[in-house]
Amino acid sequence: MSDSKTPLGIDDVRHVAKLARLAISEDRLPQLQRELIAILGHIEQLQSIDTTGLEPMAHPLQLTNRLADDVPEAAMPVADLLRNAPATQGDFLVVPKVLGGESS
Amino acid sequence: MSAHSLDTNDLVSLRDDIRSRKTSACATVGAYLARIESQNPTLNAFRETFADDARASASRVDQAIAAGDPVGPLAGVPIAIKDNIVTRLGRTSCSSRILENYRSPFDATVIERLTTAGAILIGKTNMDEFAMGSSCETCAFGAVRNPWDTSRVPGGSSGGSAAAVAANLCAAALGSDTGGSIRQPASLCGIVGLKPTFGRVSRYGLVAFGSSLDQIGPLTHSVRDSALLYQCMAGDDHHDSTCAPHPVEDVVTTLDETPRTFRVGLPLQYRKGNSSAVDAAVTRAVEHFRTMGAEIVDVDLPLTDVGISTYYVIAPAEACSNLARFDGIRYGHRTASPSAQDLFDLYAQSRAEGFGPEVQRRIMLGTYVLSAGYYDAYYRRALQIRRLIKREFDAAFALCDVILGPTSPTAAFSLGGVTDPLSMYMCDVYTVNTNIAGICGISLPAGFDESGAARLPVGIQLQAQAFAEPLLFKIARGYERAQGGREQIAG
Repeated sequence: MSDSKTPLGIDDVRHVAKLARLAISEDRLPQLQRELIAILGHIEQLQSIDTTGLEPMAHPLQLTNRLADDVPEAAMPVADLLRNAPATQGDFLVVPKVLGGESS
Repeated sequence: MSAHSLDTNDLVSLRDDIRSRKTSACATVGAYLARIESQNPTLNAFRETFADDARASASRVDQAIAAGDPVGPLAGVPIAIKDNIVTRLGRTSCSSRILENYRSPFDATVIERLTTAGAILIGKTNMDEFAMGSSCETCAFGAVRNPWDTSRVPGGSSGGSAAAVAANLCAAALGSDTGGSIRQPASLCGIVGLKPTFGRVSRYGLVAFGSSLDQIGPLTHSVRDSALLYQCMAGDDHHDSTCAPHPVEDVVTTLDETPRTFRVGLPLQYRKGNSSAVDAAVTRAVEHFRTMGAEIVDVDLPLTDVGISTYYVIAPAEACSNLARFDGIRYGHRTASPSAQDLFDLYAQSRAEGFGPEVQRRIMLGTYVLSAGYYDAYYRRALQIRRLIKREFDAAFALCDVILGPTSPTAAFSLGGVTDPLSMYMCDVYTVNTNIAGICGISLPAGFDESGAARLPVGIQLQAQAFAEPLLFKIARGYERAQGGREQIAG
């Protein structure tokens, strides 16, 4: 995976799905591969435009950093923030065991 | 309480009638709720309505007016909210399974501003899932239908809001526009849709899609309504550091001051591949502008065609970063699968179950263009071309005050009529560059496509420089008057 012209292989799709944290089933990979190849094929037109010396424009507004006044504000109550959590215990979120859990 | 027939349905007239007690807020809310109840089973424009709260708010407005207390500029008018703008009332699902039961602990800044101005929240509207789509067919809870012809799409992603306004199920609605998601459905539904300048309206409480592109804006019955809602919402917000500190000029009282002369730019690149009805609408608009005293000038936007490619690098890149927060931990859907034993599987399975196909496709695309070895070839290059697109607009606006063209190349298409993702992306060829450059644009009703069995609305778009909303509104209002206002759906 080093230049934009390499065709997107099924292993690449599997790898990107892993990076994206999406458990995409094996039977859906070929169609997704075809769709991504079609979209990337169109996007390939960007390579034909001369961009020499152009500064990337990440944002349309040329705003400088804006600092908030250093004044404490009331935070949202913990109970309100936890109300949408799928699993809680007291004021904590419940997650699977972390240490030794991640396979990648 | 007498029933209200809603024969005045633009927001400003309705507001005036409520204030002068020709009708009441309670009767208005009742009439809209009845219309929603009868039409929503067909249109699927609303996710949910806030009947009890809306009636209670209406009653407070009526009491205040009866007591002679001062009321806000939106007092008593029912407004619908796209379901990616958070409200304490009800749920905010983004029309996605992953947020199906999400209840926000806070109101978005725009919600606070509208309700402070007296508006009544009537309900939340359906949308393409996470605002990713141009037809409202990616909605996880069923497609939305176009009220002009229910076999056709309303456009997207703010299609629920557009259909709700077009069918007169609310006085106005809010949408969000990342690449055309307010303007294109407004065009397909025959109403007015504004994408304000980037940074003009606070995004605090808008579920983020493309952070350098997203803007909230109104979908309305008229330009006057659009200007009023814009004015109530625009302006700095300390909760959103990307909000522009520029002062908000008065656009409401100056609205009818259409300049005696102004220049309308007509890009050659906007006249390719449109349906004949859309080209005819632009030609008619040119004549209206000439009658208004405008000078028509040719402008050149050769990068128009490159917009979709640029957009489909930048927007998915930003989306895959923003949507990383949906991981089944703090809120949203968590997989119940016993095979999700570790964190990785919990994330990956929750996300695969919760996100629909189009959202997954865009997350994949965004992850790919940002991944090692591809960042420079795609993302960095797209940001460089973004600068070229901005320069191209700057050069055009040196020659004209507004740029005129179609909003969408065609009128509404049939449900299921566009199945290939890339073809769907092409629907936004005239709208994405507005967001890429961060300028403002408005879609206006411009007649009908009469070539099929049902008459279908077509729209024109006017684009103006960043922060040129006051001029944009004046010219749009002049066009609206010259053109004779929008035609309502019969019945």
